[in-house]
Amino acid sequence: MKVAVSARDIVAFSRYGVVAALVLLVAFGGWRYDHFLGAYNVLTFLRYNAMFALVGLGMTFVIMTGGIDLSVGAVAALGSVVSALLSPFGLWPGVLAGAAAGLAVGLLNAGIIIRLNILPFIVTLATMLAARGTALLLAHNTSVAVSYDTNFMAIGQGDFLAFPIPAWIALAAYVAGSLLLNFTAFGRVTLAIGGNEDATRMMGLPVDRVKLGVYAMSGLAAGIAGVILAAQFGAGQPIEGNGWELFAISAVVVGGTLLTGGEGAVGTTLAGVLLLGLIFNILNFENGLGWISLSAYWQSVIRGAFLLLVVVTQAKLTARDRKSAP
Amino acid sequence: MPDAPPLLAMHGINKQFAGIAALVDAEFAVAEGEVHALVGQNGAGKSTLIKILTGYYRRDSGDVTFAGRPFGAASPLASQRAGISTIYQEINLVGFRSVTENICLGRETYRFGLLDWKRMHEEAAALLARFGIEIDVRRPLQDFSTAAQQMVAIARAIGFAARLVIMDEPTSSLSERETQVLLDVIRRLRADGISVVFVSHKLDELYAVCDRVTIMRDGRTVRVAPMAEISKLDLVATMLGRDIGSVARQGATGFGAKGAGAAETLLAVEALAEAPRVRAVDLSVGKGEIVGLSGLLGSGRTETARMLFGVDAPDSGRITLDGRGFTPRAPHDAITAGVGYCTEDRKAEGIVPEMSVRENLTLALLPALARAGVVDEAAQARIVETFITRLGIRCAGPDQPIRQLSGGNQQKVLLARWLCMNPRLLILDEPTRGIDVGAKAEIQALIRELARDGLGVLMISSEIEEIVEGADRAYVMRDGRTVAALDGDALTEQNVMTAMAQGDV
Repeated sequence: MKVAVSARDIVAFSRYGVVAALVLLVAFGGWRYDHFLGAYNVLTFLRYNAMFALVGLGMTFVIMTGGIDLSVGAVAALGSVVSALLSPFGLWPGVLAGAAAGLAVGLLNAGIIIRLNILPFIVTLATMLAARGTALLLAHNTSVAVSYDTNFMAIGQGDFLAFPIPAWIALAAYVAGSLLLNFTAFGRVTLAIGGNEDATRMMGLPVDRVKLGVYAMSGLAAGIAGVILAAQFGAGQPIEGNGWELFAISAVVVGGTLLTGGEGAVGTTLAGVLLLGLIFNILNFENGLGWISLSAYWQSVIRGAFLLLVVVTQAKLTARDRKSAP
Repeated sequence: MPDAPPLLAMHGINKQFAGIAALVDAEFAVAEGEVHALVGQNGAGKSTLIKILTGYYRRDSGDVTFAGRPFGAASPLASQRAGISTIYQEINLVGFRSVTENICLGRETYRFGLLDWKRMHEEAAALLARFGIEIDVRRPLQDFSTAAQQMVAIARAIGFAARLVIMDEPTSSLSERETQVLLDVIRRLRADGISVVFVSHKLDELYAVCDRVTIMRDGRTVRVAPMAEISKLDLVATMLGRDIGSVARQGATGFGAKGAGAAETLLAVEALAEAPRVRAVDLSVGKGEIVGLSGLLGSGRTETARMLFGVDAPDSGRITLDGRGFTPRAPHDAITAGVGYCTEDRKAEGIVPEMSVRENLTLALLPALARAGVVDEAAQARIVETFITRLGIRCAGPDQPIRQLSGGNQQKVLLARWLCMNPRLLILDEPTRGIDVGAKAEIQALIRELARDGLGVLMISSEIEEIVEGADRAYVMRDGRTVAALDGDALTEQNVMTAMAQGDV
């Protein structure tokens, strides 16, 4: 029963699709708007979207296992508050505290999901509320200004080799993530779990350890995104991060990772993040031309339509694939 | 061979689940380089024994020695590391992932700290080449046939330097040609000194490739014999716990006197097939007739029932109901045509545990009971009362949750669920499995009474005496074919077993 085209081929095709769409959109923007490809717009865009890129990377691994992490937005908010609170002690205490807060929530997610065998959707929905509440408690319901006496804000606002530091961090994370996925047993088992968790267990592979790893990574990535958030905007923001999880999930899926897990890629999640981010950026430029005035809510509509298109396609393909599987 | 110390020796193994014994002093030994058949009916303890060996369960007591050392794997991973690999019936590999990953994950090769894909691909290809299989190991596993996937599972086992490979019904979804390839691979493993435990219900395969057989029944090891010294009939009889030539003890079941035989044909099935499990089924059921469908596990009985009920679609063949062509595309079609189906697995496919007796009983009838979407509760109550009385369902009342009822009474509720739809044909898959002796007789008597009222019954059962005493006629299935139709004086335990064993009477 040899199938001519497999899910893998089609997912690969959709990856080319997202990259092609990204290139087209950039070309369109560059052709239509002045300053669109100017250094200021490009670097600001990258500096801001680096946060989403990080959250998306963690989400990619989680979704590859067939799981989901809804807590990332709230975790980023928590991370931003914690790092802002510790920023008076310097750059590193702030960064490490924010990252640690994220990691802690990630480990909590993993522990409950693995030990108590509760659906990730439910668990991370609960920790989303808990993380949001904790952030609000710690921040006393308001934003927490970061210290201007230390160099904490460099991690959000600084440059290294004329390139935003947050973008450097995201880039490094994606290189590491790509190596992790393609060239380590951890990465391959991540995909195997999403493909068939029971079989992976029966094959004697360390399912629980890998699941612990992916949720921890997702929490950590969200925590670091929170640190960047605080440093970039000068304050820990307990009410920020709403809807980040949906943005991240969209980016992962648009980037050619199956929402059901088992098949996916890291690099194209980055393309997915940039593509979804660009829609907002282009909307701003279009309004700037002054001919039409599109509400910012249009970006949600367009992103939603994009996501729906990809998810429906995936569902159709995997349904066909299951049918043809022996 | 028996003189050399065995590779694997399991001695006095006991295991209970919630106080119910699954294994009682079970014994199992496999010699080096031997292909050993492990057979037994459902619930005989084969799977439990294997799962204890592979570290899935922990034994309550008993000794296991493997390769001369005491052995107690704590997990599938541990037993795999120790040299015991298992190939399950449902292929336990990951379809989305490449062949190479499925073979090599768990013992990857690295270069500069990163996975060395080139070497892993080469290794996977080389392992498969040993079985004469050449496929693109980079492609996802699911692109290949079941047989090729089976070979990948074996290649994985060999790659882990397995000394003992357990194959749990490996041929159940293979075609005949693919089965031959698999048997060749087993012979090759034996030639390489690797031992194989072969679990199957297909006698021809067992005789084609196995050296010895261990027969289990009710959690005990009842016989170990060289394959050459045990006849097929003997093997089947031992497995089922029946003596060859024993006189049937009339009255051991609750069916009572047999019917006079069918007047009119209700259901006729010709050359029904759904590869690979059902190859050719011919049978008929008359009005008011109980027809038995017998066969060893995996002979295609349940698959046949599922096709008759519209769950699965046949590849070919013809079904007529009341003289008219009948091609149910979904259970709904079958129900509309007057066919009911009590499944084998009450818990998974039958009862809704938290719902009451009343709700469970009228579940399938709800659309008919509803007026403008609102359930007519008075009518519902009437029907429920009628059936509780008629079938003698013992419950505190119609609103008692069904999970609190005994197995026998749950089964009666399920019967009632179909009976209240006024079916013409009722398919019963293992109607008395897991039900205590008293309730069993009651249900059997009930089935007979229903047939007397004109209902056609197709009864699938693993219990030979249930078939021989309960059915007016019976068919025996073997490897997906109906190989014998028995009635009258020919319907004896001996003949049913002979048909199971040899394919003819």
